[in-house]
Amino acid sequence: MTATWLIARRELGGYLRTMSGYVIAAVVLFVDGILFNVRALGGQQDRLSTEVLSEFFFNSSGLVMAASVFLSMRLLAEERQNGSMVLLSSSPVRERDIILGKFFSAFVFLTLMTLAGVFMPMLILVNGKLSLGHVAVGYLGLLLLGGATLAIGTLGSTLARSQLLAAIISGSMVVCMIVVWMLGTVTERPLNDVFFALALWGRHFPPFQAGIIHLRDVVYYLAVMYFALFVSIRVLEARRWR
Amino acid sequence: MIEVDKLSKYFGERAAIRDLSFSIAKGEVVGFLGLNGAGKTTTLRVLGCLLLPTSGAVRVDGLEVTQHPYEIRRRIGFLPDLPPLYPEMTVGSYLTFAARLRQVPARETAARVAEAEEKTALRDMHTEVIGELSHGYRQRVGLAQAIVHKPALLILDEPSAGLDPAQIVEMRNLLRGLHGEHTVLISSHFLTEISQTCDRLLVIHNGELVGQGSEGELASAMGQGGSAIEVEIRGQAAGLAERLTGISTVTKAKQRATTDDTTVFEIVAGADVRADVARLLVGAGCDLLRLERSESRLESIFMNLTQGPAGGPQ
Repeated sequence: MTATWLIARRELGGYLRTMSGYVIAAVVLFVDGILFNVRALGGQQDRLSTEVLSEFFFNSSGLVMAASVFLSMRLLAEERQNGSMVLLSSSPVRERDIILGKFFSAFVFLTLMTLAGVFMPMLILVNGKLSLGHVAVGYLGLLLLGGATLAIGTLGSTLARSQLLAAIISGSMVVCMIVVWMLGTVTERPLNDVFFALALWGRHFPPFQAGIIHLRDVVYYLAVMYFALFVSIRVLEARRWR
Repeated sequence: MIEVDKLSKYFGERAAIRDLSFSIAKGEVVGFLGLNGAGKTTTLRVLGCLLLPTSGAVRVDGLEVTQHPYEIRRRIGFLPDLPPLYPEMTVGSYLTFAARLRQVPARETAARVAEAEEKTALRDMHTEVIGELSHGYRQRVGLAQAIVHKPALLILDEPSAGLDPAQIVEMRNLLRGLHGEHTVLISSHFLTEISQTCDRLLVIHNGELVGQGSEGELASAMGQGGSAIEVEIRGQAAGLAERLTGISTVTKAKQRATTDDTTVFEIVAGADVRADVARLLVGAGCDLLRLERSESRLESIFMNLTQGPAGGPQ
């Protein structure tokens, strides 16, 4: 556990000491701000604050997924690219520590970045009432979705030799996971239920967006994280064979 | 400290190393010599538990690499050919991270880092960002991370690669300073570095061990005891080669490239025959322009061992 913590702390330092993390955070917050102004607050007719919140979390969910792919691409691919991986693999550190440490650091950075936009829903207070529970649930959803995407990104970064390739692999996996619900529309029961349930966004995020927590959605996101991280650890272990 | 028994490593169909066997005693400084692609790095990576062997037994400090990789990694310091650095970190924070990863207790870490910086002459660079250091300094930081936890075994893969001549001398001095504290295995194709820093040499070629022993032992095994000299003369060279061979203990006298009116002879003898050769050449009416000991003996041993396919004298 100490090793996980050491690696996570160093990696977080890496995000904070280099430009890439700040650039990703800045772009995400900027675009989120524009979307909030144009789509959530815009329009002629008056809107309920719940609708505004729901729209905000809808926009943010897309941005969180994109940001996760870019935040995670460096995690292991960069180490392989510049040869620093050997420092970790020649130390008494288990592959599990490496993967979990890397994932946690990216998750902490993503959390900081996501929470930095919390002033946007709070702006609703200027002209209306706000359900803090709705905001909290929405953010929980964003972090679970982000965590799942980061875990997939960690897997992509473990597989790839370069950061660019890592982003492409992770991006493709995330897109496949999102659009898998479409297969549900052309298949019969019970197969279509499986496709709907597997989709990363379709059935699992909208409840959070509306301020509702379903245990199944929480379990789904945790399961995606577990599975993707488990495979990443196995991939890293297998690398010692070649 | 290290026992390697019939180690083989295949990458697909290709054998990087085949049936490699050797052992290294505690405290020894051993040079691992071979051409590029000979299998040096692969062997070192197996010893460092970064790669699993295809077959054979490898024990470090009595522990089998496939069974106890984590225990072994605690005992080794590893410097790969490209130092494993994080360019955005400072030297101090990087070494602290490396020490903590190798399970140096938190309260001892600062002292160990200072000690490693002292040994590698990095004390003034403690707060410098690694990405802004020159190649020579980066290499030293790489060495510092390998020794920061005082490992019993130090594995250094081409520590002088890419350094300028002054830095190579510095690195050699650093490596000499490690004598006695660790068992050291250095791979290199820098012959001078190896011959001046190591007690013993392992010569590897095409994945097989083709020779081992001290420089002298290797030379006598190759039938190259004694000395090799080179002379350059001006004047009539015909028939001189035979007369040189006539000197007692001379085993070979070869006439080499002739430019303009000068001739060069390479002479191999069982003893120091420089005086005899000089007398003979002057007596034969030639102008003796140059007479010197030949290229490093190690170099010729190395060339002999690594010419053609593996399976030379053991």
